[in-house]
Amino acid sequence: MEGLEGTLAELRDTFKSGRTRSVAWRKSQLRGMIEFVQDNEERIFQALDQDVGKHPVEAYRDEVGVVAKSAKLSLSCVEKWMAPKKGDLPLVFFPASAQVMPEPFGVVLIMGSWNFPISLTLDPLIAAISAGNAVVLKPSELSPTCSSFLAENIPKYLDPKSIKVIEGGIDVCEQLLQQKWDKIFFTGSQRVGRIVMTAAAQHLTPVTLELGGKCPAIMDSSSNPTNMKVIAKRIAGAKWGSCSGQACIAIDYLLVEERFASDLIDLLAKTIKQFYGENPRESTSLCKIVNKNNFKRLLDLLKDPLVEASVAYGGSVDEEKMYIEPTILLNPPLDSQIMTEEIFGPLLPVITLDDIYESIDFISSRPKPLAIYAFTRDEKFKKQILSRTSSGSVTFNDTLLQFLCDSLPFGGVGQSGFGRYHGKYSFDTFSHEKAILQRGFFPELEPRYPPWNSFKLHFIKLAYAFNYIGLILLLLGLKK
Amino acid sequence: MSTEEENQTVFDVAAASMLTEELRDVFASGKTRSYEWRISQLKSVIKMCDEHEEDIADALHQDLSKPKLESIVYEVLVSSEVDWWYVVQISMLKNSCALAIKELKQWMMPEKAKTSLLTFPSSAEIVSEPLGVVLIISAWNYPFLLSLDPLVGAISAGNTMVLKPSELSPATSSLLAKLLPEYLDVSSIKVVEGAVSETSALLEQKWDKIFYTGNGRVGRIVMAAAAKHLTPVVLELGGKSPVVVDSGIDLQIATRRIIVGKWGCNNGQACISPDYIITTKDYADKLVDSLKKELETFYGENPLESKDISRIVNSNHFSRLTKLLDEDKVSGKIVYGGERDEANLKIAPTILLDVPRDSLIMKEEIFGPLLPILIVSEIEDSWDVINSGTKPLAAYLFTNNKKLKEQFVMSVSAGGVAINDIAMHLAIHTLPFGGVGESGTGSYHGKFSFDAFSHKKSVLYRSFTGDAALRYPPYTLGKIRLMKALMTSNLWTILRTLLGLS
Repeated sequence: MEGLEGTLAELRDTFKSGRTRSVAWRKSQLRGMIEFVQDNEERIFQALDQDVGKHPVEAYRDEVGVVAKSAKLSLSCVEKWMAPKKGDLPLVFFPASAQVMPEPFGVVLIMGSWNFPISLTLDPLIAAISAGNAVVLKPSELSPTCSSFLAENIPKYLDPKSIKVIEGGIDVCEQLLQQKWDKIFFTGSQRVGRIVMTAAAQHLTPVTLELGGKCPAIMDSSSNPTNMKVIAKRIAGAKWGSCSGQACIAIDYLLVEERFASDLIDLLAKTIKQFYGENPRESTSLCKIVNKNNFKRLLDLLKDPLVEASVAYGGSVDEEKMYIEPTILLNPPLDSQIMTEEIFGPLLPVITLDDIYESIDFISSRPKPLAIYAFTRDEKFKKQILSRTSSGSVTFNDTLLQFLCDSLPFGGVGQSGFGRYHGKYSFDTFSHEKAILQRGFFPELEPRYPPWNSFKLHFIKLAYAFNYIGLILLLLGLKK
Repeated sequence: MSTEEENQTVFDVAAASMLTEELRDVFASGKTRSYEWRISQLKSVIKMCDEHEEDIADALHQDLSKPKLESIVYEVLVSSEVDWWYVVQISMLKNSCALAIKELKQWMMPEKAKTSLLTFPSSAEIVSEPLGVVLIISAWNYPFLLSLDPLVGAISAGNTMVLKPSELSPATSSLLAKLLPEYLDVSSIKVVEGAVSETSALLEQKWDKIFYTGNGRVGRIVMAAAAKHLTPVVLELGGKSPVVVDSGIDLQIATRRIIVGKWGCNNGQACISPDYIITTKDYADKLVDSLKKELETFYGENPLESKDISRIVNSNHFSRLTKLLDEDKVSGKIVYGGERDEANLKIAPTILLDVPRDSLIMKEEIFGPLLPILIVSEIEDSWDVINSGTKPLAAYLFTNNKKLKEQFVMSVSAGGVAINDIAMHLAIHTLPFGGVGESGTGSYHGKFSFDAFSHKKSVLYRSFTGDAALRYPPYTLGKIRLMKALMTSNLWTILRTLLGLS
């Protein structure tokens, strides 16, 4: 790509000039962001419809609304976040002051993903702006309408000297990754995550990797006899209601006790009909599969004869419309691809267990997911889930809402990534916490200096132990 | 493991893989998660320090002082430079343990998080959980502290772990390999000794965190290896840490602090020791005179003979440092010192005035007893000099000028900043210690150590009430307005919409 070096040099100069560090700049950009989504709501809805067939309600909830909410929160808090924090000091350092001051990293790269091509691109941008960085934004080429929409319109609302949108496919990504960045924020798959981190290692660049994983939902029917309808809705909402399962925090599979499985599947089937009508193919509320590759990948998951035989509901497809029906599978083999890979689509395997407590071992013997959902009223079970499984987040008795909670860090662990954002954590993700100690010249402690002798040795030992009485005794010659 | 066995078994990829599997099983058993386990291990670390002070001092002495002093008895050692560093290392480590023991209950408590109208009714918390099986690779310059201080963090957070001490400090390495199994839970905490091949075998394994202290070259290798398994890393590296000296200060105190930070910290072989000084032309001579005078009071007329100064760690580093000194455009700039004793790996404290900025000594981290002084016409020009290089681990300023302090803090990027002192920021546990850019990523000390080895899990508790139909399909355009109001927490619009008024 011609001119990439030039673009980066310009961003480095801008950053060096201090322009992006001021509160005024940060606030003006955040205001610009709010204005951008307000002015362009309809056009964003259209672009999202084009790329993934998202209904405007879903588009508002998962994209426009998320961006507006995040920008408003940052706008009202950024000054507070920027303030240095005081650190406590032991008396031996007196007189002195200690602070932790957040400072911007510099020039950062944000790589967005295609499933939420607006929010997962602009929410990290809001974070980088709040922290005072210069930014290159690389939207996913798999959502081309949104990508070119952002490239065309972001410069009209945000400072083009400090924030650049660069479009392109794999070759452009490769060139971007060869450059030296002060931080890389990547949302996407584990495979590409590894490539990004390997490239970052060349320049010792810190990375945040927002990946996915197989997020399980645990259905403890015995402690929840009365709320089945609500639960079915929440499960269906988190499987098909968010980009047709093409979401990193969507439910991947469902764990339930065998005796409740068929009732649950019936109830889910009913909920699907309630949501998408008798013929979901015609529903505007269901997203399409993003592209041919993913369509084919999902069909391949279903092609395995043992998996195909396990389809309990749905299973129809329409390649022309890139449509796959909401599909439920009962106990597909655990070694089949559908149970070893992240599904990222509208297929829901239901795995039955004799006892719901077995779900803990089931989950902890697999890679750590981004989210765990558990429907239960059993407090002992809740405690065990929390202490014996590991995941980015755990949500009890609901789905997806953890994503909207500003006070909770959002991010993975293990195979689901590392680093976190949302709310204040977004600001922290793009800031270096600089430790600052300020001292005066007096008083001066003589024992700090050579030549060494045993008096100084004792002094240092006592000072490190903050043993002030011992220190006084030593200085008075009363202690040996 | 006895020495004979060690000699027979090679630590290869297969052995490393068995080791991590074993640790994974122990971690899965939940043993290391309990508060009691963590406390008992921390207490044992203190006990180990108390009962083996002499052994630790001996090992450090062997690794960093003249070999012929080996047989000297402990009492005589008390006044040597290495001894000062063993005291500092043991004291700092014991402080870390004591703090962790005192605060651990607090650190382990889930942190309450606020919830908004959007998720009403609900409650939320952030739970700290151990990451799992972690690898700590440490450095030779403070082989004791830089091995065990991260270990204290990993224990506090409840992980199982492998410690790989540096092979360049062999005495400390083998002492740690001997002592740790005696005092700590051998099933959860392992020591692997070795050099490149052992480290490579370890790096091929899947870890839940890698904590590396050392240089940028190896740091890159560690991070690239970690990328294969998507393992997060903490890299504690170094860099050229500058000292800016303004005029009009208490020069004697400033000089003494600089000297202790430079030559009194392992003879400059410390990641936070001053690498070079920047000062103005008219102040440079005064500064050099004061440095000379104080150096003499500290180390005598012949510093090569002083027992208060560490030697260079090995002959590789010795020749690297002499190469820096012998570069043509640099060798004429020596204003103090420059003496060396190759047989005993000693280099005297050396000051170089007005070295050219394109010299080797100004391009790489010095990590030794050479101190170049750069001259600028205005002290404010220092910011640009510093920022034209890579970001250092520490940046220091001596001044009484409040405005300069503010400018320095705002415009110089570094892992940490100390004003009117050297290196002391690292002893303050309420300050995170770590680099930025080329000086590393991630931080530790105090609670930051616990956090470095913990995963912060978000937990949201909901009930079954408060289920708004607008969350679910079929979607209608009417749902948008209410959703907008909800997401912006606009109560007024919510009410109006619900009452059908808008």
